Amino acid sequence: MSAPTFDLGDLHGGLRLKGRKKAATASGIHRMPVPKQLILPITQHVGVAANPVVGIGEMVLKGQLIAEIEEGLGAPVHATSSGKVVAIEPWPVSRRHGDVAPCIIIETDGADQAIASVETRADFRSMTPDALRTLILQGGIVGLGGAVFPTAQKLMQAKASDIEVLLLNGVECEPYISCDDLLMRESAREVLVGAQMIMHALQIEQCVFAVESDKPEAMRRLAVELTKLGDTRIVLKQIPTIYPSGGEDQLVQLVANREVPSGGLPTDAGYLVQNVGTAAAIYNWVADGEPLLSRITTVTGDGVAQPMNVDVRLGTTVADVVDFAGGYTANVSTLIIGGPMTGKSISTDRVPVVKATNCILALQAAPASGAELACIRCGDCAEVCPVQLQPQQLFWYACSDNEEQLRVHGLTDCIECGCCDLVCPSHIPLTADFRIAKGRIRELADEKARAERARLRFEARNERLEREQHERESQLEQQKQQAKRAGPAEIAEMLKRRNNKDDD
Amino acid sequence: MEFERRSAPYLQTQAKVSAVMQQVLLALVPAAIAHVWFFGPGFIFNLLVAALFCAIGEAVMIRLRGRDPNEALADFSILVTAALLAFCLPSLTPWWVTASGALFASVVAKHLYGGLGFNIFNPAMAGYIVILVAFPVEMSVWVAPRIGDIDYQHLSILQTLAYTVSGSLPDSLTVDAISRATPLDSMKSGLGGLRTVEEIRGGPLMGDFGGRGWEWIGNFIGLGGLWLFFRKVIRWQIPLGVMIGLLLPATVMYMVSQSTHPSPLFHWFSGASILCAFFIATDPVSAATSPKGRLIYGIGIGFLIYAIRTWGSYADGVAFAVLLMNMAVPLIDRLTRPRIVGHERAE
Repeated sequence: MSAPTFDLGDLHGGLRLKGRKKAATASGIHRMPVPKQLILPITQHVGVAANPVVGIGEMVLKGQLIAEIEEGLGAPVHATSSGKVVAIEPWPVSRRHGDVAPCIIIETDGADQAIASVETRADFRSMTPDALRTLILQGGIVGLGGAVFPTAQKLMQAKASDIEVLLLNGVECEPYISCDDLLMRESAREVLVGAQMIMHALQIEQCVFAVESDKPEAMRRLAVELTKLGDTRIVLKQIPTIYPSGGEDQLVQLVANREVPSGGLPTDAGYLVQNVGTAAAIYNWVADGEPLLSRITTVTGDGVAQPMNVDVRLGTTVADVVDFAGGYTANVSTLIIGGPMTGKSISTDRVPVVKATNCILALQAAPASGAELACIRCGDCAEVCPVQLQPQQLFWYACSDNEEQLRVHGLTDCIECGCCDLVCPSHIPLTADFRIAKGRIRELADEKARAERARLRFEARNERLEREQHERESQLEQQKQQAKRAGPAEIAEMLKRRNNKDDD
Repeated sequence: MEFERRSAPYLQTQAKVSAVMQQVLLALVPAAIAHVWFFGPGFIFNLLVAALFCAIGEAVMIRLRGRDPNEALADFSILVTAALLAFCLPSLTPWWVTASGALFASVVAKHLYGGLGFNIFNPAMAGYIVILVAFPVEMSVWVAPRIGDIDYQHLSILQTLAYTVSGSLPDSLTVDAISRATPLDSMKSGLGGLRTVEEIRGGPLMGDFGGRGWEWIGNFIGLGGLWLFFRKVIRWQIPLGVMIGLLLPATVMYMVSQSTHPSPLFHWFSGASILCAFFIATDPVSAATSPKGRLIYGIGIGFLIYAIRTWGSYADGVAFAVLLMNMAVPLIDRLTRPRIVGHERAE
């Protein structure tokens, strides 16, 4: 067995954060009973919303397609248990933008009856890469690291840009979150075979499997299973525990010592990055015919009675999951979907667990860290920024709305990892400020684009009017010339024509 | 159940501006003790006057700006300004001189520019220059260091206090009797009087590298500075830059002519060089902010210190050098922006 290697690239900055993962990794992955109600948003992915293909009142079975993508970027949605569709209506959700989205609501019947299983699948190696990619498209699989980019389309893009290496992301660098850790411990083989499937779909022969050094148990299981598989194309690589080493671009930099170009994708550096959960989901679909129906979610924080990892059926509400984990503790004040560095806080636990929900973090009220003070330009933020931005300068320009300097200083390169926030002695909410500034820049760009379109339309109209005017004039001129040259007979003819016209 | 909405990240921030400033103050304690040891208790009175008037200036300005004075004073930054000003003053300084500098530093240099974080110029240095120009006589009463074989006149605590309050000495003493030229002063006037460096360095006030007593204060300042560096309160670029910026021209000129140019070590250990390198130039608000920029900023200060000492009319040039480089900060920051990851190397 190849030992983990350390010939790593360099990541600028980053933070060594306390892991806070032990509470939830003490026990294995817990399985939840079927909840009474399932709330399934039709958009659980990057791209266009899926179209519901079931009606209200219709009975559905576990695994049945309930919303499909006809064209464009997206992923289909499947019923995650059997029951009756009772509504298709807006419901609170946790998304980057907006707090409410259309959802298909299923009242479960408790039978959890699955749709007649697909015929036993052929071994994936016997499928053509194209067929395998198309199959993945139907499984509703998206990136489970949190970005929820439809996996099939990501594979197609990777195929188009001739990538050579699959980079499997088992880093999970954010504190508290441990769903990938437990997945690798309990389903190492599934993850590895999932990786083989991706490699087959892309016809590539290299896979680097990166795991953070704080997951020795996962690493050990992976090594054992990899030996059993005997696949020498997959190399396990242990990387240091530094936040945010699990970001796609940061991971490529660490593992391959290559920078992803600004505004580009890891594929531009020759790497396709896939989360380990995604690989396992591909395995479940391609080998066992089970589409993406559940995911492992870490329920943790001092606001939860029994922190744990739960295999959650998509559509289960956060409230149900927390109940399963023993409920809230007394002083809980904040509920976060995602991790403590990049997660989104939500005001209600009625939101459903979706494909993106890697963590439910409930925190007790913390003592205020002090009022926001003026920036003293100490530069601690610049020292920890993994993209090597200068947040102290960006902050200055964000305050003065200086769009040009914000661009020059790379605001759009900010990955919103939150490192700068955490070290700021003045307690300035830099990440939030940058998010707002990014929004403003986008608005300005939209406005500019609108103005530009209006200008082009206006100019085109002017041009047309001018041209028409010109044509009329030249026509008139032509007629005049004709009249000058004309003999008596022709003049009589012309007059006659004109008189006829007047009669009309 | 309703939950509070907040924005990421949700972890607690440990760092605090007040903690940064407190560490800077702490790092100056050994040097302060050395200062009192060699030059008497005057330093303490100067420090108290400077702190009092800095705080008054800050409190009044903050109130005029409609904010809570306690909140601003609690960041300790104004005490750092007061301490740096006190370190630059002769140990015998009448209170109104110190007060003028302190008020100018806090009211004009700091708050008229927008307060902590917005001041372009280092407040302590701006305050110092104002009193240097306005009270040239009072600012030149430097007593001799209290070292055994040096002929110094011992002033009691009460006599020192009396001078601070009234600006006058006991009837039995004259200013000339107690004051001595600083090493930099005697070097400047000596060279002006066509004496050689060697002759000047032969005087009783001169020590191994700089002036006796002075160099010890410098050592303790350097120790405090190193401690700040290891605590990550300051970074290496500015201190190293200042020292190199001073070393390079001093070495070149020393090699050209040893009799008319003191050694680079003399420059390092005289005047406020070390204080500037570790404590004054490193004020983050008024310094350049990119790593490369900080190095350039430091080198610029070191170079200007040398130029002013050698060719200017003042014996030491630290304060002027710092203010001049403060003005260059926006340009330096603009030209030394670090390459953002994922961008082309050449711009």
